[in-house]
Amino acid sequence: MPKMNLSHFEASFLFALFTSIVLGIVTKKTDRERMIYGAQCFGYFLLALFGLGWLMKLGHG
Amino acid sequence: MSKEKKPRQPMPPLKQWLHVVALGWLIPGGGHLFLGRRGRGALLALSVVVMFVCGLMMRGALFQPQTGDLLTTIIYCGGFLGNLASGILYLLSVWLGYAQPDVAGHVHDYGTKFLVAAGLLNVLAMVDAFEIAVGRKD
Repeated sequence: MPKMNLSHFEASFLFALFTSIVLGIVTKKTDRERMIYGAQCFGYFLLALFGLGWLMKLGHG
Repeated sequence: MSKEKKPRQPMPPLKQWLHVVALGWLIPGGGHLFLGRRGRGALLALSVVVMFVCGLMMRGALFQPQTGDLLTTIIYCGGFLGNLASGILYLLSVWLGYAQPDVAGHVHDYGTKFLVAAGLLNVLAMVDAFEIAVGRKD
């Protein structure tokens, strides 16, 4: 099996993407709500990703 | 103001949902496909399978249940249950020899988390399939 080498960002991005898809599907009742909720989750994941990234960079000094 | 407490719903009969949940465990998205929710089933299957395969390709470790102190028990038994929840993906990986020991490194670490997360996402899919099977959800 080929080896996959991902950066922190790439791995977190993929994690956010698949988790958001599943959360969107299982949480809401109509397709429109599912799309909106999935996109919202993905946005929050990315926001947290960039926020924590900057926090660590600034905290590191 | 206190909210009115919803009356607890009785447990539906096993024969109404057990086969759907079992299929959903064995084949990610299978419960939805069986119930005719093809689009949702395909998306769930895609998400769980791609996440699991990415975890394997990142050389993530599959957990073996271990006991000891509380933290070890929670991590290893919990991780094992998370892996096991992926159904056929986990079983095939172990049978075909893709299970590998824990190795240091951030990519392997992400891989291990991907493998567990794929199982946990499948648990969510199984719960959703249960709700559809018993008529609580469309």
